[in-house]
Amino acid sequence: MQSAPWVTNYLTEHFADDAFRTLDGYRARGGYEAARGALGRAPAELVELVKNAGLQGRGGAGFGTGLKWSFMPADAGKPKYLVCNADESEPGSFKDRLLMERGPHQLLEGLLIGAFAIGAEKTFVYIRGEYAEAARVLQGAIDEAYAAGILGASALGSGFRHDVVLQRGAGAYICGEETGLLESLEGKKGQPRKKPPFPAQYGAFGMPTTVNNVETFCHVPHILRRGAEWFRSIGTEKSPGTTLFGVSGHVVRPGLYELPLGTPLSEIVFDHAGGVRSGKRVKGVIPGGMSMPILPADQLDVRMANEFLRERKTMLGTGGIMVMDEDTCMVRAGCIITYFFRDESCGQCTQCREGTGWLHKIFQRIERGEGREDDLAVLEDVAAKMEGQTICAFADAAAWPVQGLLRHFRSDFELHLRERKCPFAHSFEL
Amino acid sequence: MVDALSAETRAKIDAEIAKYPKRRGALLPALHLAQAEEGWLPPAKVRALAEIFEIHPIEIQEVISFYNMFYDRPQGRHHVHVCTNLPCSLRGARGLLRALERHLGVRAGETTPDGRVTLGHEECLGACAYAPMLRVDDRYCEALDADAAKEIVDRLE
Repeated sequence: MQSAPWVTNYLTEHFADDAFRTLDGYRARGGYEAARGALGRAPAELVELVKNAGLQGRGGAGFGTGLKWSFMPADAGKPKYLVCNADESEPGSFKDRLLMERGPHQLLEGLLIGAFAIGAEKTFVYIRGEYAEAARVLQGAIDEAYAAGILGASALGSGFRHDVVLQRGAGAYICGEETGLLESLEGKKGQPRKKPPFPAQYGAFGMPTTVNNVETFCHVPHILRRGAEWFRSIGTEKSPGTTLFGVSGHVVRPGLYELPLGTPLSEIVFDHAGGVRSGKRVKGVIPGGMSMPILPADQLDVRMANEFLRERKTMLGTGGIMVMDEDTCMVRAGCIITYFFRDESCGQCTQCREGTGWLHKIFQRIERGEGREDDLAVLEDVAAKMEGQTICAFADAAAWPVQGLLRHFRSDFELHLRERKCPFAHSFEL
Repeated sequence: MVDALSAETRAKIDAEIAKYPKRRGALLPALHLAQAEEGWLPPAKVRALAEIFEIHPIEIQEVISFYNMFYDRPQGRHHVHVCTNLPCSLRGARGLLRALERHLGVRAGETTPDGRVTLGHEECLGACAYAPMLRVDDRYCEALDADAAKEIVDRLE
């Protein structure tokens, strides 16, 4: 099981306490009271509340949660579904695992409120196959909730029917893309769908569906309990609330930190995570999971919210912060990044299937000292032709980190080309 | 044909099917259940599943081949996977994988001759702060050095 975070706030306040994982422990700390209140209100009111709170999706894209909920047809005349995206697979991200392992009922309460708000009779939680422990904990909580009448024919005695079905994935990054997830949920290869139609019109099993990330749902009971204004008082004006930053790489204290959005990256890396181990300096930091472009050491003053990160041509993504020390070879880092995307491309779109392969091939030959003079231009050209050209954002996610490395660490590449070998003798092993 | 799956597995699959608006929604859960019997999905099980789901076996085969965690050939009794994505590699995962390759005498992707361990490397497993790490079957073993990893592997039966 994962350790509790180093810094806690409202989401993770009780995560060091094992009792919080049980229904009794959760209830003893006020659990399910927010849902009880919500089930007595008009669904449209709840959508409005979440909209007013300004909650943004925590799965990577940062789309407004209330707005997403409002896309669901009010009277569809057919079943509607809620889907929880628990396919956390973005390299550098491990927050949703903690949220499920340490606070399964907090998630279930968020799901119940969300389902009632959009009128869904059933919620599917799609969890990545490797998260066996989280799936076990969550299924245990689901069973407890059924036995206590929190789920089932009349959730919390409200007359609202709510079922939760947990499905385990089987190892495919692309199933974190919401329509790839829906395909997988339906028992198929997880190849993303063309949009439109969007899931709110044609989602799981062809029915109107809303898909939100695990952390997103976990914020919801707190918004219900304490109000939109309270939520907006945390974080920045445009990006309210806290989030779970996952810090990894060459830091003294890797781990999770629940902090307000807008916290400066330097504060997270140096004050909270203790800076780079062995007294070394930072070379670069990936701020939001591996798909997000890297920042060089002189840009760590940036505040961790999309409105500020966009100015630096990167994004918050899933809040996975990877810190690399001064010895790091950025071409090697790029070899690993491009291998991942080549390996995980679903193969539907030519630009992505072929492009990810070429990116990896070129990174590898540069690292081996066999790079060609025009390789950097070819990398830029391939990345530009992948961006915005495909069914889903995977190709963009493969192109962005390459563009980031070339933008800020071009001299690493040029050194490899000039010296015909990797000049970083003390870099991490490939 | 359906005998390729035990009555118990068959009953669990039926219970999964009941949760979904369309039968096929339960295919991934069914594949997990069927695979749990022998650690892989031999053709006879695939044919049995095809009958249950009323689809052609090739449609199941293409699902199996799309996902990393479904196996269409026999595996070792235990899976030992080293996460080699960037956060783990920054903290020595590649060296750890090589140490296990030497220790077990197999390369990543291979099974020890006694059928005990299939060694592999995997993409990000969501344990980035506790690197390097192994997934041993359904268990995560985190923040390891080579010696600790070898000890874990040696304890597997």
